[in-house]
Amino acid sequence: METKKQTIGKIILSVILAIVSIAWLYPIFMILINSLKQERAISTTTVFTLPTVETFNGLKNFKEAIFAQGFASAFGYSFVITVSSLVLIILCCSMCAWYITRVNSLFSKVVYYMFVFSMVVPFQMLMFTLSATADRLNFDTPYKICIIYLGFGAGLAVFMFTGFMKTIPVELEEAAMIDGCGPIRTFFQIDFPVLKPTIISVSILEAMWLWNDYLLPYLVLDRKKYTTIPILIQYFKGSYGSVQMGPMMACILMTVLPIIILYLSMQKYIIEGVVAGAVKG
Amino acid sequence: MEKAVRKYWPVFVLPTVAAFAIGFVYPFIQGLYLSFCKFNTIKKAKFVGLDNYKYALTDESFYHAFAYTLAFAVVSVVLINVIAFIIALALTAKIKGSNVYRTVFFMPNLIGGIVLGYIWKVLLDCFLSIIGQPLLALNERWGFVGLVILMCWQQIGYMMIIYIAGLQSIDTAYLEAAMIDGATKMQTLLRVKIPNVMSSITICLFLTLTNGFKLFDQNLALTGGEPAHKSEMLALNIYSTFYARSGAKWKGYGQAKAVVFCILVIVISLIQLRATKKREVQA
Repeated sequence: METKKQTIGKIILSVILAIVSIAWLYPIFMILINSLKQERAISTTTVFTLPTVETFNGLKNFKEAIFAQGFASAFGYSFVITVSSLVLIILCCSMCAWYITRVNSLFSKVVYYMFVFSMVVPFQMLMFTLSATADRLNFDTPYKICIIYLGFGAGLAVFMFTGFMKTIPVELEEAAMIDGCGPIRTFFQIDFPVLKPTIISVSILEAMWLWNDYLLPYLVLDRKKYTTIPILIQYFKGSYGSVQMGPMMACILMTVLPIIILYLSMQKYIIEGVVAGAVKG
Repeated sequence: MEKAVRKYWPVFVLPTVAAFAIGFVYPFIQGLYLSFCKFNTIKKAKFVGLDNYKYALTDESFYHAFAYTLAFAVVSVVLINVIAFIIALALTAKIKGSNVYRTVFFMPNLIGGIVLGYIWKVLLDCFLSIIGQPLLALNERWGFVGLVILMCWQQIGYMMIIYIAGLQSIDTAYLEAAMIDGATKMQTLLRVKIPNVMSSITICLFLTLTNGFKLFDQNLALTGGEPAHKSEMLALNIYSTFYARSGAKWKGYGQAKAVVFCILVIVISLIQLRATKKREVQA
């Protein structure tokens, strides 16, 4: 049914889109080619050139980044912080959201609106006092920083969970309770399974934030002992003159690749989660 | 049931609320108080009344940062939304492989601000040296352009996804009716498609606006405020007031600026709330 004109239009559109998406991917490609080059072949004027037989460096840059520049430990700390904070946020915030929606008291309302308010406040407002508080409570290690993240990240999670919780019929829970379930069991056996789609959305949003967060861990963690990936990359850049471009590029590639792989394998969930967060926030 | 649940508050709400008190409420209130103080450490804070605010509101670098942020926000909001909307239109036109394009365009959104900033710093520095311009650290105009390009790269995909969702939810009956009535493509776009995705447009406008205002990581990694604080946005200006200078007075100034910044962001959010509420009534 399509006319010839429409078909030609579509072909032109496809060509334009293809060109734009290649351009879109170019920065990542640029990182890849430079991570394989020798140090002397990565100057400000030769970033765009492909590695040649003479300048090809194999995986040396990756070895250097992992073993000598601290990428391995930074990756480990980032991982520990992201996973521990995520588990804590999902568990505690979903329970808190359930209480807030099911118990209709002044306390619930006040807590809810404070959570919503906290989503708006920029981090700069409390960066100094928060890092001082964390310091005093000895929360400045990758194993305890999750408590700070629970506090600071609670707003979005509670907000999204309460939004969904309101749509779960109370009758289900009442039936369970009449049959002798306590509130804790009711929550974990009745509500928690129903919450699954929201849990996935919240996890994706919070994980993206936790994994990429720079300023909070930079200010809170004991800097001499612990570095996360964003902090490591910022350090690299900060040390002008002595910066080793090759390992740096390898570092960036190793940071970006896991994210891309995860994204390609869970694309549907990630896009849905992000849209859910945007529409509600 | 409510009574039974109520008794369990130590299990359900206490952990989150306690962490919230440590991670938000206490630092927030203390931050408000400290904006009226001169301090280097919290214990040695000395009350100085409105002095910090007087400084913050007469500080030229703060005004420059405000103007810079505003200019950046306006330019990036317009560019990101226009391009994202055009791509969304193209991808809803039943083209082969539109899922692949969608995947590609969305991807940069998942990369963190510091890494993004660094990638573009390397790219742009190379580009600038080839065309014979000074590098980013010395180049105020390209610093701005670079930030805009970076933010477009990061956010167009995200906004595109929201616009696609909006466009796909339009009732096809409207589009068919427009076609039968002989509407041109442009008329269909202006009279049918755009009015029906107004709620997506509102959401995207405010998302890009607040993202632009709160921008920090990308600014730090791409230009770091160079040259001479000329490319500093509000968040980075506050940060450097706090940490880049020594002396007891600077932290107080920084905290006062942070409060002003916070109020600004809250005002934008309140306007957003009203705008979205209005839409809901109409819909």
